[in-house]
Amino acid sequence: MKLYLKYLKIHVQSMMEHKASFFLTMAAQVMTTITAFLGISCLFLRFHSVQGFSYQEVLLGYSVILFSFSLAEMFARGFDAFGSILSNGQFDRILLRPRNDIFQVLATKVEFTRIGKLLQAFVMMLYVIFTSDISWTPCKAAIVVLMIFGGAALFSGLFLVYAALCFFTTQGLEFLNIFTDGGRELGKYPMGIYGKAVLRFFTFLVPLAMIQYYPLLYLTGRDSRTILGLCPLTGFVFLIPCHALWKFGVRHFVSTGS
Amino acid sequence: MQKYISLLRMKFIAGIQYRAAAFAGILTQYAWGGMEILIYRCFYLENQTDFPMQMQALSNYVWLQQGLLALFMAWILENDIFEMITHGNVAYELCRPCDLYNMWIFRNMGVRLSRAALRCLPVFVVAALLPAPYGLKLPPTPGSAGLFLLSAILGFLNAVAFSMLIYVSTFYTFSIQGTRAFCLAVVDLLSGKVIPIPFLPDGIRQIVELLPFASMQNAPLRIYGGDIAGPQAAQAILLQCFWLAAMILAGRILLRKALSRIVVQGG
Repeated sequence: MKLYLKYLKIHVQSMMEHKASFFLTMAAQVMTTITAFLGISCLFLRFHSVQGFSYQEVLLGYSVILFSFSLAEMFARGFDAFGSILSNGQFDRILLRPRNDIFQVLATKVEFTRIGKLLQAFVMMLYVIFTSDISWTPCKAAIVVLMIFGGAALFSGLFLVYAALCFFTTQGLEFLNIFTDGGRELGKYPMGIYGKAVLRFFTFLVPLAMIQYYPLLYLTGRDSRTILGLCPLTGFVFLIPCHALWKFGVRHFVSTGS
Repeated sequence: MQKYISLLRMKFIAGIQYRAAAFAGILTQYAWGGMEILIYRCFYLENQTDFPMQMQALSNYVWLQQGLLALFMAWILENDIFEMITHGNVAYELCRPCDLYNMWIFRNMGVRLSRAALRCLPVFVVAALLPAPYGLKLPPTPGSAGLFLLSAILGFLNAVAFSMLIYVSTFYTFSIQGTRAFCLAVVDLLSGKVIPIPFLPDGIRQIVELLPFASMQNAPLRIYGGDIAGPQAAQAILLQCFWLAAMILAGRILLRKALSRIVVQGG
């Protein structure tokens, strides 16, 4: 942990060398998610609700997804660039060091520019908290926090799978972005509105509905079973098979030799 | 003219070599098209009276947009050109006995056409097989097909002329990727990429429809499905011609001004 903090400090220092570039990149990223938010708002100006979900309820779901996706992007981006880490031989060096390999890959890259998106998600969440009809209790607040971190774990798991598959292909498989970016895209709205087949896919295969839709049902009082609030834990469970795949990949790793 | 056409051909042939990348792109396009349809279907089933387009017209819009992404998007830009400008290699380009503006606009067209050529057919074939209001259908009348073709060519040229403005602006600002990405995000919203323009609230929508960004993909994609027809279509096409002329003129003037004071450091 201490070592990770040291890495963080180095990342912050290197970033502050290029302050203007940092803030511009951050602004650009916030702009893309703000246009997405404006898109949702325009649709709700026209339709007012979708399958019984109000604007605030939809925004709550979206802010949770945006929050967790940005957290995962910020801290687990190292996996995204893993193709190049493999092909330029950096991974050979990582294996030689007496530290955990996942830890080192994580530490190679921390994207602080995602702070802007986190801030936006936070503002949307505040708006929902103050304007929606949900009667907030400490328990419900805890569920929201659980959703965010469960989601961050889930997206990190997907990034980990992406990296693990690089062991077999050396290059990043770009179409896997469908699951991460696609999950974030569909996550703009409660995942249950798309029909049974989609919900099943996101319950059993990529358990994104577990961290967004089911707890949302509980938070908005559509379903009173408290157990739904614990669904986001699935995000952490999801890391187990992802980690297994990574271990499997490392065992099959043959250096590219450069 | 001959030399610019052959430049276009060269870029086109180079572009269609990247088949693996195109394959990944096609998968992504299926997924994104499918997701957009899913989202709008929810709103359509929720409230059909407030739905500003026919569902079929919207599905056509989404699938054409996915298939022809490379033609109409403002953000299909060539890094080579940015590097040329910031690294000074533009000096070599200036030595050639060609007009810089023409050279760049034609190579950009070649790149975009090659990408679209590889991606559009697989997207269209699968989209055409989808059930009724959610798939891609032929345009309602032969007339709208003809107008679509005309408007699509103009939309494509509008997009290319706009990317030329982005290249030229690099002479004035130097790289700064952040600013560029910021502007492109705004363009996405104003051109109908984030949500189709008919879904914007009244008042804002009328203004956005007049901006050059609506002349890129909004006009052809809506003419195809018959969402814009008759005199409105004529008006949209005239507007496209106007913005095309305006953007090419602006691009040329700005480029000439930039070149008149350009200093290329040696090295």
